[in-house]
Amino acid sequence: MFGKKVKYRLLFFITLFTLISLILFLVLNSLEKNVVFFFSPTEINNKSENYFKKKIRLGGVVKEKSIKKKNNSINFIITDYTNEIIVSYVGSVPNLFSEGKGVVAEGMLKDKKYFIADKILAKHDENYMPSEVSKILNKNNN
Amino acid sequence: MLKNFLPHKAILINNKFIFFLTVLMILIIFVGLIFSLLISPSDYIQGDSVRIMYVHVPASFIALSCFLLIGLISILNLILKIKFIPLIGKSLAPIGSVFALVSIVTGSLWGKPTWGIWWVWDARLTSMTILLIFYFAYILAWKFIDNFEKANKISSSIAIIGLLNLPVIKYSVEWWNTLHQPSSITLTSAPAIHYKMLIPLIIMFLGMFIYTLIIFLMRYKTELMKLKLDKKTKNN
Repeated sequence: MFGKKVKYRLLFFITLFTLISLILFLVLNSLEKNVVFFFSPTEINNKSENYFKKKIRLGGVVKEKSIKKKNNSINFIITDYTNEIIVSYVGSVPNLFSEGKGVVAEGMLKDKKYFIADKILAKHDENYMPSEVSKILNKNNN
Repeated sequence: MLKNFLPHKAILINNKFIFFLTVLMILIIFVGLIFSLLISPSDYIQGDSVRIMYVHVPASFIALSCFLLIGLISILNLILKIKFIPLIGKSLAPIGSVFALVSIVTGSLWGKPTWGIWWVWDARLTSMTILLIFYFAYILAWKFIDNFEKANKISSSIAIIGLLNLPVIKYSVEWWNTLHQPSSITLTSAPAIHYKMLIPLIIMFLGMFIYTLIIFLMRYKTELMKLKLDKKTKNN
C-alpha cells in the first residue's frame, strides 16, 4: 500500500503544508499592524512616535465619569487601567457606548495624551445575562 | 454506526428516515424560535438585539465544523484512496458554505445595532471571509473539473490548506485585539452565558444540526447514486 508513489505524494503534501503554515505565520506576523484591530493606550504610550500622523484605532474602556457632552461633540477618557488617553469626537455614538464599557476609536493622535476620533465603535464583552440578574449583581456589589 | 456511511448502507437511507428527521427538525426549530424570540430574556447590555445570537452562533459553529470534517475527510482520502470517501466532503460543502454565509450575514446584522458598524476587517471577520472563499474554491473545484481524480486531488488540497485557517478563526479573538468579543463558550471554563440564554442556544443548535444532517444525507445519497450509475455505464 505504501509504494514509492504514495510516499512521494505524502512527502509532497507534508512539505506543502509546512511551507504554507510557515508563510501564513510570517505573513500574519508582518501584517501585525493590520491584523491588530486596535492599539491599547499603553501600546500608544510606549511607542507613540510610530503612531503620529497615521490613521489608527485606539481601544480600551471608557473611564468612569469621564464622558462630557457638549452640543454635538463628546469628550471622554479611554483607559486600559494602566494608561489613559483623552478622546474627542464629533458625531453620534453607538447605543452601547457608555462608561465602564469597551470602546474602539478610529482617528489620529494629536499628541501622546490626546486623540481626535472620527469614528466611535462600541465593543462588548463575552458575557450574556438577563437585565434582572445584572441588577441583582450590581445591588450585591454596591 | 460508521458502517452506515458505506455506499451499500447509505444508499438505503430511505425517504421515510429523511422525512422523520425533517419533522423532528421543524419541531425543534419551532420550540427554539419560541424560546429565542419570546421566552428568553433580553440582555443586560444589548437588549433584544442579542436574539440574533441564537442563529449566528450555531451557524458559525456548524460552518467551522463542516469545514473541519471536509479537511479531515480529504486527509483520509489521501491515505485510503477509496472512491466514496471524497463524496462525503463533496456533500458537506454546500450546507457548510451556506451556514458560513448565514454566520457572516447575521453577524453583520448584529454588528450594526451593537458595535455601530456593519462590517470591519478585524481578524475574526476577515478569517471567516477567508473560510467562505475556501468553501467556494472547494465547491467550484468539484463543479468545474471534469475528471474525477483531478477534481478530487485539487479539492482535497484546497480543503487541507483551508484547515490552517480554522485555528486562526478560533483563536483570532485571543491572539489579537479584535472588535469581535472573545468566546463565551469554551472547553476550559464555565460558559459566560446565563442559562436562560444558553438553553435556546442549544435548542437552535440542535435544530440547525439536524438540518445540516438532512441536507448532507440527501446530497450524499445523490452522489452515491451517481457513482453507482457511472460504474454501471463504465461496465457496459
